[in-house]
Amino acid sequence: MNENIIEFRNVSIDYPLRKYTIRAVTDVTLGIKRGKITALVGESGSGKTTLSSSIIQCISEPGKIASGDIVFFDNVDGEDKKIVVSKFKEKEMKPFRWKRVSMVFQAAQSALNPVMTVEQQFVETLLAHGEDKDKQKQRARCKELLEYVKLDAERVLSSYPHELSGGMKQRVMIAFSLLLNPDLIILDEPTTALDVITQSYIFNLLKQINREKNISMILMTHDISVVAKFADYVGVMYGGRLVEYGKVNDIFRKRRHPYTEGLINATPSIIGDIDKLKPIEGSPPDLMNLPKGCIFSPRCPYAQEVCVGEEPSEICLEDGSKGRCYFFKERDNGRK
Amino acid sequence: MAENKPTQTEVVSEQPLMRLENINMVFKKSNGLLTDKHIHVLKNINLDIKQGEIIALVGESGCGKTTLGRIITGLLQPTSGNIYLDGTKVTGTFKKKITSYNQVQFIQQDSYAALNPVRTIYDSLYAPIKTHNRKWSRAQIDEKIEELMSLIGLQPSSQFLTKYPHQLSGGQRQRILMARAISLDPKLIVADEPVSMIDVSLRLSLLNLMKKLNEQLNMSFVYISHDLSTTRYIAQNGRVAVMYLGEIAELGNIGDVVHQPRHPYTRALIQAVPIPDPDFASYDELPLKSMNLGSLENRTDGCCFYDRCLYSTDECKISVEYQDTPTARVLCRNLGCVPNQPIYKQKQK
Amino acid sequence: MVKVKNFFILVGKRLREFFIGVGKTCKKVFSNPKTIAGFSILMVFVFIALFGELIFPYNADTDVANKYLDPSWEHPFGTDWLGRDVFRQVIAGTSSVLEIAFFSAIFTVVIGTVLGIVSGFVGGWVDKIIMGITNIFLSIPSFPVYLLLAAIITIDTPVTLALMISIWSWAGLCRAIRVQVMSLKERDFIQICAVMRMSKAHIIFKELLPNVFSYIVINFVMAMRNAIMASVGIMLVGLAAYDPTNWGAIINAARTKGLINAKNIAILMYPLVAIVIFQAAMLMLANGLDETLNPRLKVM
Repeated sequence: MNENIIEFRNVSIDYPLRKYTIRAVTDVTLGIKRGKITALVGESGSGKTTLSSSIIQCISEPGKIASGDIVFFDNVDGEDKKIVVSKFKEKEMKPFRWKRVSMVFQAAQSALNPVMTVEQQFVETLLAHGEDKDKQKQRARCKELLEYVKLDAERVLSSYPHELSGGMKQRVMIAFSLLLNPDLIILDEPTTALDVITQSYIFNLLKQINREKNISMILMTHDISVVAKFADYVGVMYGGRLVEYGKVNDIFRKRRHPYTEGLINATPSIIGDIDKLKPIEGSPPDLMNLPKGCIFSPRCPYAQEVCVGEEPSEICLEDGSKGRCYFFKERDNGRK
Repeated sequence: MAENKPTQTEVVSEQPLMRLENINMVFKKSNGLLTDKHIHVLKNINLDIKQGEIIALVGESGCGKTTLGRIITGLLQPTSGNIYLDGTKVTGTFKKKITSYNQVQFIQQDSYAALNPVRTIYDSLYAPIKTHNRKWSRAQIDEKIEELMSLIGLQPSSQFLTKYPHQLSGGQRQRILMARAISLDPKLIVADEPVSMIDVSLRLSLLNLMKKLNEQLNMSFVYISHDLSTTRYIAQNGRVAVMYLGEIAELGNIGDVVHQPRHPYTRALIQAVPIPDPDFASYDELPLKSMNLGSLENRTDGCCFYDRCLYSTDECKISVEYQDTPTARVLCRNLGCVPNQPIYKQKQK
Repeated sequence: MVKVKNFFILVGKRLREFFIGVGKTCKKVFSNPKTIAGFSILMVFVFIALFGELIFPYNADTDVANKYLDPSWEHPFGTDWLGRDVFRQVIAGTSSVLEIAFFSAIFTVVIGTVLGIVSGFVGGWVDKIIMGITNIFLSIPSFPVYLLLAAIITIDTPVTLALMISIWSWAGLCRAIRVQVMSLKERDFIQICAVMRMSKAHIIFKELLPNVFSYIVINFVMAMRNAIMASVGIMLVGLAAYDPTNWGAIINAARTKGLINAKNIAILMYPLVAIVIFQAAMLMLANGLDETLNPRLKVM
């Protein structure tokens, strides 16, 4: 049995605009571990959303996969079945989307239809995917899920989205993503608009879903603090590249890639020494005008001559971590 | 406290820059045909802002922190209560020409919305300076703008001044907002979530800039945020007011409040803040009875945190009062039952 | 002396800045093909209105001997029932039509913008009163009122007619501007003006107006279009018979001569086509301007 559920193989994604083409994702090779939570961390424009939404072909227009494959490993009776998702036509994608891979969006407000009750939306999705037409069973299924995310099912089912608070809407969205028992849920900044207390609840809930239902998850976020608590594996993205990938503890302890180190050092916390924090100098890369060599080199405090020559290729280590830095192997800021 | 209202003559020594006294804010919302809903957004807020300090207002959305910020800038008039600026009562005077209110400036959250999209950066900076310094020549104002631009670190300034807001990045726009706010030499700046829409790697330099302005120009800052981590960073030596449903639940030095929170709500809040270190990951349930925020309607005299609090008694439902602990002022009558050990013990060091 | 010199240098500098600004805006505006097409046609009409009668002077004398002539080099559109040249009539009517359109658009835009901004910006009872009046104008159908007004007052100049038309067409614009101003008023950059204690004049003229300016320009074009519709309608029913060469008047005259005669239908067609071309040009211009100036339609 393959330990990955999704594999990105040298995936590049382009946005052809009128005058030029922007490469939002460049040559990403990444395996999403089955049953685990993988976080993709990056700032705006780093390509994390584009990469994740390419799985279910939800890249915003006019983006398209320029090269590479996305492979989904279906596990039927202990036997692996390889499905190349990126080659799917819209007709093939339709049953796959939501049934195998579902998504929780950042803005729950706009993901729900404002003129339909929660129940109508749930039932519509069930019908669209050819599920049981028995009204009784449908309702029971909805209720079960809403109660699972700790909502007052009876009340919520008959509510319109505007009658629910932000945290409740996000939990409805989570229940909604569970509706067809998917194998993988993509979480797109699920708590950005929410308060810390609600955020804490949501992440505990998601962690519980991950453990109890054994659903794999991809979390996209710009906030490295939530990653530490929530994820098992972390991929750090910068300028469309996957600059570092590894186990959550390795990422935080070893900080092999200078960008990862900078990001962690630039993130304030409620504990620890404030004076040790320092910002990353410079500004995020302009995708239309990328620097020569390693794209982080203009901001990198450790940049050497070799860094501004050619772009470093991916370096893989034995412990499964990998990164795009000439000194990836040597750099180990290990805290014991 | 309401008895000894300070007058201009009384408080000469240690006079706070701004004193908020029993501020209440009630919004009316029509509910059906005849009745009005009364939404009590702020309830009996008392707060002194000292000269040159950074004070943070922290809380969840709906706690009234933004409303309080707008009241401080004079954009909103409180339903009742008084505001004293340098000892002068300024409540109700905003509409009239009182130049003292120039001393309070505002930095908004959304840097794109805060700049007129059809005017250049130069125009946006020039107009306020000209309005308040009628006699200045263009050259004098240009000099002032140049000085501001070097202070906020956008150099060479000519590269930025001729641009329109949409041509700048979020971080650059936020710096422009800071330049505009300090252009009138205010004594107090209210910053409403100034970094929440900025990329993580750029946040720290903006916060550093605010710290620098605070130190160099001795300006007080009111930093409004839902994020305790950045708050702790900027208000390192300042105070924090943790707000809950329109009341200040806990007021104290930020280091103490974060390290050893006393109010049951603050304890839950601190525990909910994610920490960028897997060693500190905790999956404990938060010390709360429910995750639903209470209602702002039909307020009673009792504790508004009553129904979510693990330590509440029947008395809490009836009344609530401030208690002073060595580290903070806490809105809780039952502090004895609330645990007081630190949430996080420093593991390393 | 130095002061005077400096003053002129300053004036020169400002003028230069102004023209550079205008140049930039023009370059942006005229990058749209629709705008170019619409504007070119408008310019042709303006040219005809200004110089057409100098090149093709119109003679209103009747020449019954030459009535109903077929189109020829001498009479490109033929002649009418009194032997007058139809082509020269249409040319002569252009200035009349454009005058009405232009004046009416100015009146409409000025009234609508001023009342809209006052209503949206001041709010309160001022807003209620202005909106009350606006709603009255919106709810009473315009054409019967034109008929009524035309019966009461004598319409003998294009300005009177333009004024009459604009009185019933500013209301829609006023409402739209009011809504825009009200939403702009809540925007952060206007709010900060209050915190910075900027004057009301500054807020209205320097902050609000530039933001609704493109909308006003587009509506100016649309108001011209509307005014021509209305004026031709009024002329068509013969209520403002002060200018026999106005396109509406020509159509009306041809109509009253009887449409059984195919020649009359032909005469009626010429001004009608001119109107259609003009309308199409205005629509193109308005759409083109909308595409470049309206921030909501801006594409990367």
